[in-house]
Amino acid sequence: MCLGVPARIVAIADAGRMLAVADILGVRREVNISCIADPDAPLTDEIGRWVLVHVGFAVSRVDEAEAQATLDMLHQIGEAEGERGHLRASLLA
Amino acid sequence: MKFVDEFRDPAQVRALLARIGRLVDRIGGTRDRPVTIMEICGGHTHAIFRFGLHRLTPEGLEFVHGPGCPVCVLPMARVDDCVELAQRPGVLLTTFGDAVRVPGTRGSLLQAKADGADVRIVYSPLDALELARRTPGREVVFFALGFETTMPATAAAVLQAEREGIANFTLFCNHITVPPPLRALLQDPDMRLDGFVGPGHVSMVIGTEPYRFIAEEFHRPVVVSGFEPADLLQSVAMVLEQIAQGRAAVENQYARVVRPEGNPRALALMDRVFEPRDRFEWRGLGEIDSSGMRMRERYAAFDAERKFGVGYGAGRARPAPESDGCRCGDVVKGAMKPPACPLFGTACTPQSPVGALMVSSEGSCAAYHQYAGLREAAE
Repeated sequence: MCLGVPARIVAIADAGRMLAVADILGVRREVNISCIADPDAPLTDEIGRWVLVHVGFAVSRVDEAEAQATLDMLHQIGEAEGERGHLRASLLA
Repeated sequence: MKFVDEFRDPAQVRALLARIGRLVDRIGGTRDRPVTIMEICGGHTHAIFRFGLHRLTPEGLEFVHGPGCPVCVLPMARVDDCVELAQRPGVLLTTFGDAVRVPGTRGSLLQAKADGADVRIVYSPLDALELARRTPGREVVFFALGFETTMPATAAAVLQAEREGIANFTLFCNHITVPPPLRALLQDPDMRLDGFVGPGHVSMVIGTEPYRFIAEEFHRPVVVSGFEPADLLQSVAMVLEQIAQGRAAVENQYARVVRPEGNPRALALMDRVFEPRDRFEWRGLGEIDSSGMRMRERYAAFDAERKFGVGYGAGRARPAPESDGCRCGDVVKGAMKPPACPLFGTACTPQSPVGALMVSSEGSCAAYHQYAGLREAAE
């Protein structure tokens, strides 16, 4: 439960609710970006950026190399498939 | 060293292992009297076993698996309260996948579901809120649990529910915080820990400052770590380095993700919605002061304990005894290794867990059960 999963923001879903669409392990779903979005820039600037997502919430920004390293580790420890299963089963996927 | 070649950077791992070996020798750790380092986070425990790090490191070093798996430390009484909530007419109970299998004294949420309760697994508290939007005739309760990594997400769901005036959404709040159980462990006279590997993703939210008391009051080193094998080994080497030099400080190996101040916006969200309870019970550790969170009075309408009169909201603090023979408490304190428990692998397995540490893959008993024998079998 304490793993953050790297995700790439691909669109803004609902600016009022601070929801973006993120690609997480190949599954697209809405994530809340209120804690990582730059308050002085338009939300669309977030598109293309990498974040660490935990239970549908972006907790930290990460660079692409860090994201890739974490994704590799998730695959190695066998967590990636389980996480993808949770994502697919979720309502907003 | 046989499996070092499997790592992404074998040369780096080999160099780190050599450095760890030299440091353990310098400190004087032996098989009979090893240097003990607790990894606090269940994700680290899982990674240590999965990558076999406990076998690659010298005999004079011992990993002690800490209380950092929120599913594992959830007490039976809270599971019982949750089962009771799920069985109420009109309630739709939502939670994370890990939480549905935790045994209470009268079974788990999964068993309650099999008996007809409406229990649904969600990926995020925001999904539970969406269910509340879609089913206005039902009381959607989200069984919230997790450390500081998870808390900002549940806080955000409550604030969103308030903004939208969603009246059929509540939290059954079981959020817990990392520092208080560490203080409890350090105050335990039987405690025998020489240093700590600090959690990476909790620290992403809270920063490194909250661990300062471990170094200053208890003179033990803490190194916040990432999750790669090389991260973990480097963190262990940094802890050993401090011990060898007679120092105790908080250091940050995971600086590429964790900032000293954490995430101030996430902290503000949490603080708006939650406040510490006086005490909260931990499975295996008993009640610990200021270790659990509850919802602030302002959000009473979204608090399942107040709305439905369960748990602490019903004035009930009724510690439920653990199952006979279960030694999870000793394992969490580092006083016993999982295979020494009389139930390990027989009465208690991942398929049919008796104790909490067997429930989640992050629990040390489950990790031992899943991985401990694999490397020997491969050899």
